[in-house]
Amino acid sequence: METLTFLIPISLFLGGVGLVAFFWALRSRQFEDPKGDAERILSDEFDDHPRQD
Amino acid sequence: MSLSSAIETGTQTVNGSQAAQMDEHVSASACPACLAAPSAEDLAKSGDIKGARIMLSLPTAHCAVCISDVERELHKQPGVRSARVNLTLKRVSVDAEPGVEPTPLIEALDRIGYEAHELDAGMLSATETDKRGRDLLMRIGVSGFAMMNIMLLSIAVWSGAESATRDLFHWISAAIAIPTVIFAGQPFFSSAWASLRGGRLGMDVPISLAIILASAISLYETSQSGHHAYFDAAVMLTFFLLVGRYLDYRTRAVARSAAEELAALEVPRATRLREDGSEETVPVGDLKPGEIIRVRPGGRIPADGAVIEGNSETDRSLLTGESLPVFAGPGSILSAGEVNLTGPLLLRVTAAGKDSSLHRMADLVAAAESAKTRYTSLAERAARAYSPIVHLLSFTAFGTWLWLTGGDVRHAINISAAVLIITCPCALGLAVPAVVTAASGRLFRKGLLIKDGTALERLAEVDTVVFDKTGTLTMGAPTPENLDDLSQEELAVAAALAGASSHPLARALFEAAGAMGVAPTPLDDLREVPGYGIEGRLGDQVLRLGRADWIGAEAGNATATHLRIGDAAPRSIRFVDSLRPGAEEAITAFKATGAEVWLVSGDVEGAVSDLAARLGISHWRAGALPHEKAELVGELTGQGRHVLMVGDGLNDTAALARAHVSVSPASALDAARTASDIVLLGQDLAPVSDATRIATQARRRIKQNFAISILYNIVAVPIALIGLATPLAAALAMSASSITVSLNSLRLK
Repeated sequence: METLTFLIPISLFLGGVGLVAFFWALRSRQFEDPKGDAERILSDEFDDHPRQD
Repeated sequence: MSLSSAIETGTQTVNGSQAAQMDEHVSASACPACLAAPSAEDLAKSGDIKGARIMLSLPTAHCAVCISDVERELHKQPGVRSARVNLTLKRVSVDAEPGVEPTPLIEALDRIGYEAHELDAGMLSATETDKRGRDLLMRIGVSGFAMMNIMLLSIAVWSGAESATRDLFHWISAAIAIPTVIFAGQPFFSSAWASLRGGRLGMDVPISLAIILASAISLYETSQSGHHAYFDAAVMLTFFLLVGRYLDYRTRAVARSAAEELAALEVPRATRLREDGSEETVPVGDLKPGEIIRVRPGGRIPADGAVIEGNSETDRSLLTGESLPVFAGPGSILSAGEVNLTGPLLLRVTAAGKDSSLHRMADLVAAAESAKTRYTSLAERAARAYSPIVHLLSFTAFGTWLWLTGGDVRHAINISAAVLIITCPCALGLAVPAVVTAASGRLFRKGLLIKDGTALERLAEVDTVVFDKTGTLTMGAPTPENLDDLSQEELAVAAALAGASSHPLARALFEAAGAMGVAPTPLDDLREVPGYGIEGRLGDQVLRLGRADWIGAEAGNATATHLRIGDAAPRSIRFVDSLRPGAEEAITAFKATGAEVWLVSGDVEGAVSDLAARLGISHWRAGALPHEKAELVGELTGQGRHVLMVGDGLNDTAALARAHVSVSPASALDAARTASDIVLLGQDLAPVSDATRIATQARRRIKQNFAISILYNIVAVPIALIGLATPLAAALAMSASSITVSLNSLRLK
């Protein structure tokens, strides 16, 4: 039963990390163009290096 | 800093003040609740201060190659900093140096084979920052996270956690669930509150009641070391219903942004003459009566006015349905929306903006729309029956158990909460949006844009279809009909004359002659007489191609142009309008379903009856005025018919608004598109008949989903009523019914 004192905080923390990651993705507009993102992965244009902006 | 001042500085930033931009940063951090501020900041970053932001519509982009082609090509253009394609919206937004014009970018894309149109970025900014959608997504994320964690703990409780452990788990669940419900449930609470204040019992009232009651009672039970807590159910209910709400919102947002895009395609500008005679380009909204405007050939007339200089012909088909061009000379009164065909015209504006005939027509539409009885969707009807029954059941359970147990309030409240949770309206809240989303997604891929959620259901009931002629069944693009009657020499002369004009009839004639392999005879002194025709000389013979009265020919019934060589008798070249692709298929398909097909047009009788015969339409009416069209639709409706109106012109708008459901092509006038429920994005008319098939199917799915959830309730509600519903049973019933109805919705083919 003592393991619970570790496991519950850990599980909540990890879930929280997921939630924060989701918030970040949402705020950085990664859900704006789902269709485009699905297609972009097929392009090999930036396979070697990321785009230089 | 107050919200209003933050917004104010936001607008200043767009105007380009550096000081305001710094101020903006302060306000964004000092007032985290001002959600409007970051969007203004984004706008400023990419906006006027440092460069131009150009939005282009890319209707043909569809794959990974298109994305990289377009982006690479745009990057190569001088002055372009970055370009990013949004494939979902089929748009590319270009961040460029100041002074970069969209025209060369459009040309560059055209060269590599992509069609592009400029979009009015100001008009689209509203959909760019999709605040509500992100807000809903965030609430879904929070409730999803909470649901999974609470479920983890609940399973431990259900599998037999005892005493102190159970209480601990319940307390942790409470710590997660209460803030989640408060945050994520807000859309339901606010809408429930709004409907209560309006004295109605909407669907959100029982939902809110179930969520609040379940959380409150669980909190109380937990504090009393009780056995049952419904935290998981409360959060799960929130999650599933939020998903439904989001789907519903998405469908509407996609339709709205596409509709806005259509409006943004027409950047309304007018060329105004200054006192000194120089020209300036101004937004149409700035025009005032008495001002003088110039309308070039091919341009749409921006405001009502009287011609003071120039001769031309105008195409009024969008306003009246007439396919014959009308002569315009000094003194002619022209209406906004007509298209100037041949010569440049100077107009004195008589009415502009809100007073112009275009706007008056739009007001007519608004009147027709308000007169139209509001359609109550299946979901609304179901919700109307559902809310009272649920409340009644829950209160009866409470009363009965209070009486049975001799005053055990805690037990009675527990049972009534269980009843509320079990009767969760997931079928209504999730299944209907899921079906509508699936169906409108399918239709969107076929090129149909559903502007109104209930349009699908209304479409499923259609038994009569009324088509407009010009621009709807036909393309509004003429093709010459009787070229074989002309001799080779006549044809060559006609082609030479026609080649000198940009009039649509002349262009059609020139192209048809070219396709027949006729080489134009070289002529001297070729000149266009705007409003009349083209004149040329061959030797000492005067050659003319143009209007009947100018040539000296007799004006016929059909669309025609006339040719006269020297003193020879004039020859007529008749034109027929080419059919819109898919028109025949659509009509055949409608007839096959047993629907009655009508053809109603403002055009002359000959043209209408010809087309009706060609397409096998037995009911037709010619020369119909706008209000007569609307009356016909009203008459058919009066006979108990459900009318689908398909039309594109301003003269159709009243009929479009009056009909049970209406479709207009994307080429239609703004007013017509606004009045209709569905917009046809492509040229092909065939998807319209597919749409009715899909709509019928969607309605069947919605009804099936209702049946499924009623079945669940018939089984589960008695269990809850007799007090046997454990939180496990509630969770099972709820998730099972939600998942079944969602899967059923996805079966839509």
